Amino acid sequence: MGKREGLEVSLAVAEAVKLARADVIAAYPITPQTHIVEKLSEMVAEGELDAESITVESEHSALSACLGSAAAGARTFTATSGQGLELMHEVVYIASSMRLPIVMAEANRALSAPLSVWGDHSDVMAVRDTGWVQIFCESGQDAFDLTLWAFRAAEDKRVLFPVMVNLDGFHLTHVVEPIIIEDQAAVDAYLPPNDFPVPLDPRKPVNMGTFAPPHIYSEIKKSQEVAFQGTRPVLRELLDDFAKHFGRKYNFVETYKADDAETLILTMGSYSQTASVAVDELRAKGRKVGQVRIRLWRPFPFDELRAAVRNAKRLVILDRAIASGTSSPVATEVRSALYNEEKRSKIASIVAGLGGRDILPEQFVEIIERGEKIADEGQKEPFEMYGVRG
Amino acid sequence: MSNFSVYASRLAEKTEHFTPGHRACVGCAEALAVRLVAKALGDNVIMVNATGCMEIISSPYPDTSWDVPWIHTLFENTAAVAAGVESALKVLRRRGKVKDPRRIKVVAMGGDGATADIGFQALSGMLERGHDVLYICYDNEAYMNTGIQRSSATPFGASTTTSPAGEKSKGQQTWKKNMPAICAAHGIPYVATACPSYPFDLMAKVKKAVSIQGPCYLHVLSVCPTGWRSASDLAIRMGRQAIESGVFPLYEVENGEWKLSMDFEKLIPVADYMKGQGRFRHLTEQDIAGIQEHVTKEWHALRKKCGLE
Ligand SMILES: Cc1ncc(C[n+]2csc(CCOP(=O)(O)OP(=O)(O)O)c2C)c(N)n1
Ligand code: SF4
Ligand SMILES: [Mg+2]
Repeated sequence: MGKREGLEVSLAVAEAVKLARADVIAAYPITPQTHIVEKLSEMVAEGELDAESITVESEHSALSACLGSAAAGARTFTATSGQGLELMHEVVYIASSMRLPIVMAEANRALSAPLSVWGDHSDVMAVRDTGWVQIFCESGQDAFDLTLWAFRAAEDKRVLFPVMVNLDGFHLTHVVEPIIIEDQAAVDAYLPPNDFPVPLDPRKPVNMGTFAPPHIYSEIKKSQEVAFQGTRPVLRELLDDFAKHFGRKYNFVETYKADDAETLILTMGSYSQTASVAVDELRAKGRKVGQVRIRLWRPFPFDELRAAVRNAKRLVILDRAIASGTSSPVATEVRSALYNEEKRSKIASIVAGLGGRDILPEQFVEIIERGEKIADEGQKEPFEMYGVRG
Repeated sequence: MSNFSVYASRLAEKTEHFTPGHRACVGCAEALAVRLVAKALGDNVIMVNATGCMEIISSPYPDTSWDVPWIHTLFENTAAVAAGVESALKVLRRRGKVKDPRRIKVVAMGGDGATADIGFQALSGMLERGHDVLYICYDNEAYMNTGIQRSSATPFGASTTTSPAGEKSKGQQTWKKNMPAICAAHGIPYVATACPSYPFDLMAKVKKAVSIQGPCYLHVLSVCPTGWRSASDLAIRMGRQAIESGVFPLYEVENGEWKLSMDFEKLIPVADYMKGQGRFRHLTEQDIAGIQEHVTKEWHALRKKCGLE
C-alpha cells in the first residue's frame, strides 16, 4: 500500500522517477524545475537510486544526452522549464521524430523578455506541435501519478513517443500537498522494464537518424504522424490501466458540473482547481455554470472535447499564454475542433495568469461573467486580457 | 622507407565497417580517414555522428555505409549524445541489462565546424565530465557540407565563400583555433593529431585512444579537394606536405605529456604545401612569408612543449 505524505510537488515527481527506476537522468538547473533534479541527484548520491545522473552544461545537451541514452535502451528522464525548454527546442523535434521514449517534467514558466521565473504556459505552447505527448497536471497527486504513467506510455511499443508532463511553475511545483506515494512493489507491478525495440547494440547494428531526400521525407513524416495520431486509444487504455492498479482515474478531458451547464469555463493546469471554486459559487446562486479541463493537450483529444462541450451555449476559454498576432492557443485549438460541428457553442477567449499572476476564485467569477457577455455579443478581438492595467 | 609506405597499407585490416558506395567527392581524404578509423575501431563500437559531409555522404535513407551501430541527430550536440549513450551503457551494464562482457566503445565524430564552433560547448562539457568517449574531429578546415564557409579552424589566408579573397580582403584573417591544445587543457588522458596520409599512425592512435578509459580527443586533418580547390589525386601528398611543412604537426598528449610523432630536422617551405591549393591562390609572396613566420614559431613552441628544444 502506498502512503499519504505531505510533500512538495517537485519532490513527489522525483519520488515517481525513483520508483520508476530511471536509468539515466540528464538535466540542467532552472527555476522552478530545479528541486526535481536536485532531489534526484541527492537520491543518486545517497544510493537510493541506481542511475547515471549527467550534469550537462546546457539544456540543449540535456535533451541531446537523453537522445543517446534512450537510443541505447535506457529509461531516460529530464526536467526543464521556460528558457531551458526553448534552448532545447531543436532537440525536442528530434526526440519525437526518432521515436525515443524520453520522459520530461516541464515546470511551466513564462518566457523572457522581460525575465520572469514565474509560471504560465508560454513555454509549452512554443513546442506544442513537436510530436510529444503532452499532459497537464492539476495537483500534486496528478504530478506523481502522471510521471509514472508517462514512462509506461512513452515506452509502450504502440506509442514510442516522448512524453512531457506539465506542471505549473511555483503554483504547483513549489506547493506542499498531501500525496499518496505508492510503494515499490506496486510500481514494479505497474511498470515493466523498458524494452526499447531497436537499441544501439554492436551485436545487432542499427543506424538511426539517416537523412531523407525529397522522395522519401514525406513518407517518413506521414508514418510518424499516423503513428502519433494513432496513440489516442492506447493512451486511453493506459490511463484505464493506471486506474486499475492505483484506483485513480484520469481522463483526456475532465468535466465538473458540466452536464446541464449553459456556460462552461475551460481551463488547463493547476488553475483548474481555483476555477472549480468559482463554479461552485455561481452554482450556489443558481447559475448553470460548469467546467471543462483539458488534461491531454497533445495529441489533442478531439472526441472527448466535443462530447464534453456538446450541450453548452457558451465556452469561456482561459489561456495562460499569448500566441502573438493571433488568438490564444487553447481557444484557437478548441475553435478549430468545433468548427465542423452542427451545433457549436459561442466562444470567448480570455488570457490571464501570465508570468505567475494569481487568479483568485472571485476573479474567476468575474472571468466567467465577462466571458458570458463576450460570447453573447460575439467576440470582436482575437482575445481579451483579463485584469491587466494599461 | 618510401617503398614500405607504399606497400604497408596492404597490411591494414581488410574488413570494412565504413563500406563502399558512399557519396563523397572524388579524392576526399576525409572519407578515407573515416574508413581507416572504422577499420581500426572494429565492430565493437557505437558511432555518434554530427551533421556534416561525412553524415550526408554515408546515410541517404534508406542506404547507409555503416555496418556498426550509428546514430546521427544534430549538428552541434554530438558530444552530448555520445555522453548519453555512454552513460546508458554504464548503468545498463551495472544493472545486468547489458550482458556483453566486452567493453563497448562510444565514438563521436564531427567536422571542424561541429567541433570547434557550434559543438564546442557540448564537447567541452563531455570532456570535463570525464565520459568514456573518443571524440574525433575530421578537420577539412571549413564548413564543406554547406559550401565551403569559413570556420574557426580555417587557416589564415584561405579564401572561403564567407571569407572570400577580394579587393579589400586576403581571405581568412584569423589564425586557426588550436583545438587539440584546448582539449588537452581539459586535462583528459589522451589527445592526438593524425592525418590519413599516414594511415598506420592514424590507426595506431585510434587503437591507443580506445584502449584508454576516459575521454580522448583525436584531431584528423582531412584534405578536401573540393573545398581546398586542389587536384583530387593529390590529397595524400597534400596531407604529407601539411605535416612536413609544420603546418599540421603530428603529436600526442598523453596524460599531459606532449610527444611529437614525427620530427623533422628541416621543414619544407609552407609555400610548397600551399602551392597546389586554389584557396591560397590570391596570396602574395609577402603574405606567404608572414604565414611561414607564424608556422615556424608555432613549430618551435610545440617542440619545446615536447622537450625537444
Ligand atoms: C543548427 C544548425 N546550423 C547550421 C546547420 C547547417 N550545417 C550543416 S553541416 C554544416 C557545416 C559542417 O561543417 P563541418 O562540421 O566542418 O563538417 P564538414 O561538412 O566540413 O565535414 C552546416 C553549417 C545545421 N545543420 N544545423
Ligand atoms: S566536400 Fe570535401 S570533405 Fe566533403 S565529401 Fe567532398 S571532398 Fe570530402
Ligand atoms: Mg569541415
